[in-house]
Amino acid sequence: MNSAVLLFPGLNRDRDMIAALTRIGGKAPHPVWHTETELPDVDLYVIPGGFSYGDYLRAGAIAARSPVMAALRQKAEAGKRIIGVCNGFQILTEAQLLPGSLMRNASLHFVSREVLLEVANASTAFTGGYTQGQIIRCPVAHHDGNYFADEKTLKTLEDKGQVVFRYANGTNPNGSINDIAGIVNAAGNVLGLMPHPENLIEPAHGGMDGRPLFEAALGLLSRPAA
Amino acid sequence: MIKARVTVTLKNGVLDPQGKAIEHSLASLGFDGVGGVRQGKVFDVQLDTADRGKAEADLAAMCEKLLANTVIEDYTVTLL
Repeated sequence: MNSAVLLFPGLNRDRDMIAALTRIGGKAPHPVWHTETELPDVDLYVIPGGFSYGDYLRAGAIAARSPVMAALRQKAEAGKRIIGVCNGFQILTEAQLLPGSLMRNASLHFVSREVLLEVANASTAFTGGYTQGQIIRCPVAHHDGNYFADEKTLKTLEDKGQVVFRYANGTNPNGSINDIAGIVNAAGNVLGLMPHPENLIEPAHGGMDGRPLFEAALGLLSRPAA
Repeated sequence: MIKARVTVTLKNGVLDPQGKAIEHSLASLGFDGVGGVRQGKVFDVQLDTADRGKAEADLAAMCEKLLANTVIEDYTVTLL
């Protein structure tokens, strides 16, 4: 399966993401610079983590207005799978491809640690490799991961099963509302999450809990994703 | 040329941990009776036009499209 990775100045987790997609997908993803106005036709588009434009104005705000994002919007509307991790999640919310916003951590501290995630919806295109309610390990590293949405948006997210990952067992590192760590859009083809599953995909990482997410997203699961 | 000041603040009901930290710091400096602090942003913008109506319309569009995240923030525009 083919994938593409969108690249913005200031990202720093792009190499990890490219390595993960290459290991799991068996093929290196297409790198796409932010100035491009067209995207290759692939099965999965990924925005990695980092600090695009130094988090100037708001995390992800400048990147979300880059030329390549108009092309990504078209792919989203066409139902293509898109994942944004960490800064990628912030960019997707700033581009309004996902609802809500990611605010400064409640502690005001940058957090870099491992958390536990509950798979809150195992029937998305990204989570078919997990079981409903499964608890997985995942690293986080961010300063602005405090998810916020207004009451109405939050109710829709909860009612429609758009909350995909929740911080579990008291490991919420940022004050995120309803312990939200990751969500999908209403159509279910755009996923944003603050944790870094790409950093837990092989034994040398000390765990493989992030691997099923990419296997599902790349269409590599033996049982079809719902 | 028109100069304008755009102020962006968090909406009511949106938690502001930075404002809270500033409030606590003010209390520790001995400023009693600070009922609350909300942190925001100020942008001073120069526009190459003399048309105040156009300037106001342009600035509102700038706020909607970039300067403010209207999911969490409100904005006000003042022509100077």
